[in-house]
Amino acid sequence: MSRLPAAGGAHLVVLRNVWVHKGGTPWTMALFSVYEPILYLLALGVGVGALVGEVPGIDVPYAAFVAPALLAVAMMNSALEETTNTVYGKLTFDRFYHSLLVTPMTVRGMVAGELLWAAARALVTGVGFLAVIAAFGLVRSPWAVMAVPAGLLTAFAFGAFGLAAAGYARGWHSFQYVQLVMLPMFLFATTFYPVTVYTEWVRVLVEALPLYHAIELSRGLALGEVGPGLLLNAAYLVVFGGVMLAVAQARWATLMAR
Amino acid sequence: MALIEAEGLEKRYPGTDFAAVAGIGFRVERGEAFGFLGPNGAGKSSTMRMLACVSQPSGGSLRILGEDPVVHGRALRARLGVVPQDDALDLQLTVRENLIVYGLYFGLSLKRMRAKSAELLEFAQLADKAGERVEHLSGGMRRRLTIARSLVNDPEILLLDEPTTGLDPQARHILWDRLFRLKSAGVTLILTTHYMDEAEQLCDRLVIMDKGLIADEGTPRELIDRHVTREVLELRFPPGEQEQAAEKLGGDVEVLPDRLLCYADDGDEVLTRVTEVGLRPLTALVRRATLEDVFLRLTGRSLTD
Repeated sequence: MSRLPAAGGAHLVVLRNVWVHKGGTPWTMALFSVYEPILYLLALGVGVGALVGEVPGIDVPYAAFVAPALLAVAMMNSALEETTNTVYGKLTFDRFYHSLLVTPMTVRGMVAGELLWAAARALVTGVGFLAVIAAFGLVRSPWAVMAVPAGLLTAFAFGAFGLAAAGYARGWHSFQYVQLVMLPMFLFATTFYPVTVYTEWVRVLVEALPLYHAIELSRGLALGEVGPGLLLNAAYLVVFGGVMLAVAQARWATLMAR
Repeated sequence: MALIEAEGLEKRYPGTDFAAVAGIGFRVERGEAFGFLGPNGAGKSSTMRMLACVSQPSGGSLRILGEDPVVHGRALRARLGVVPQDDALDLQLTVRENLIVYGLYFGLSLKRMRAKSAELLEFAQLADKAGERVEHLSGGMRRRLTIARSLVNDPEILLLDEPTTGLDPQARHILWDRLFRLKSAGVTLILTTHYMDEAEQLCDRLVIMDKGLIADEGTPRELIDRHVTREVLELRFPPGEQEQAAEKLGGDVEVLPDRLLCYADDGDEVLTRVTEVGLRPLTALVRRATLEDVFLRLTGRSLTD
C-alpha cells in the first residue's frame, strides 16, 4: 500500500500547476511578468528620472530608487494573480479542490500548495526583474541579491491575502474591490517617492500598508542600506501573511464542508 | 465482517432543521453490488458523501472497512474509489495526465502511475485518446475516464453517484459492461441511481430511500415479490379521466399523472374486466412487474410533488 502524501499533498498542488503551465518555460513566464514593471521603469524611472536627477536625502539616481519598489510590486502582483482569479475559477467553476476531497489530500494541504505555487511564480518574476535591473546598471549593492528572498516574503503575505479573498469572493466582480485597494496602494505606498513627502498623518496611514513594508525591505536591501529597521518590515509581512493564511485556511475549511 | 456498517446514520446541514439523511441502517458485504435508489432529494448523495469520508455524520454510527471515518478519514479515503456525479476532471490536463496526477494525490509514485495509467486507459477503452485534452471528450468518454481515475489506488470499495445519468444508451451499456468486470474482479460496488433498469442490472441488493429514510431493502426480486404483483397492466386514458376510471375499475390500482397501473397476477384477466365494465383506454399494455413499480409504490407520492 502507498504512503499518504506528506503535508496534506501541498507539493502535489504545485506539481499539478507546473504541469498545466508546461507549455511555457519559466523564462516565458518571467517575460510576461516583467513586461509591465519594465514599462514603469522606463517611463518613470528613466523618463521622469531624467527630470528628477537624484533623490534628495538618499543620493541615488531616481531609476535606482524606483527599481527595487517595482521589484516588490512585480512579485506581489505575480502572487496575487495566481491566488485570486486563477484560484477562484478552480474553486467555483472547475470545482477542482472539491474533486480532491475524496483523495487523501487535505484542505490545509491545498491552501498551502497554492501559496507555495504563488511564491514559486513570484520567484521567477523576481529573478527575471532583478536581471533587468542589473542590465540597466541600477544595482547599487551586493545586498540587492537579497531583495528576491525579501520579495518571497511579500509574495507570501499577498498570496495568503489572495487565497482568503478568493474564499470570500461572491463573483468575479468581487475582485474589483481588490483592485480598488491595490491600485492606490501601488501608487502611494512610496513606490515613486520617499515617505518623507507626506505630512505626518498621511505618513502614519501609508506606513500601515503592507506594500509600504514590502517596498522598504526591497529598497533597503537593493540600495545597501541594511539596518535593524528592515527586520521590523519583514516581521510586519510575516504577521500579515500569517493572519491572512489563518483566515484563508478557516474559510476554505468552511467552503469545502458544504 | 461487513465492509460498511451504518446504524441510525443521520446528516443535517448547518442552518437547516431538515435532515437530509434521517437515520438509516444498512450493511454492505465484500464483493457485493449495493444500490441506493430514490427520487431526487431522497438523501442518496448525502449518504454517499458520508461513505466517501468527505462529510461527517451528524448522528448515528458508521464504520467503513472496520474503521471510524471521522477519525481515520484520510487513511480510509486512500482505500476508496469515488466516481462523483459531476465528473470533476482536470480540464486543463490530458486524459493520461488526469490519471497520473490523480494517482500522485494518493501518494503513488510517478513511475507506478506511468504503468498504471496505461492499464487503466486500456480498461476504459481510451488508449487512443491518451494525449487528448479532457475538454474534447464526449460525455461517455469522460465518465469512463472518471471511473478509470477512481481505480488508480485499486480501491476495495468503489462508490458511484449516478454513474450513467445523462449518457446515451450505447454509452450506458459500455459503462455497465465495465462495472460488471470490476465486480467480477472482486471490487465492492456501491451506487446510487434513479434508473430502475440500472439497479436491476447491476445491484445484488439495494435499498429504496425516500425523504432521508430507507423505505425498504432487499434483492431486486425480493422487493418486486414483496411490494407488487407478478404482472402489471398499464392503462392510458384521456387527461382528466384517470381518477374516474380507477374508481370504476377498483382493485389494486395506482394512479400516476400520465397512466394507471393495475397490479395483478394475471394482467390479461384485468384487461378483460376493463372492457366488461365499459372502460375504453387509449392504450393498454400487460407486462411483468419491474423494480420501477416497486419504486413508484414506495416513493410515488414524492414523485408527484
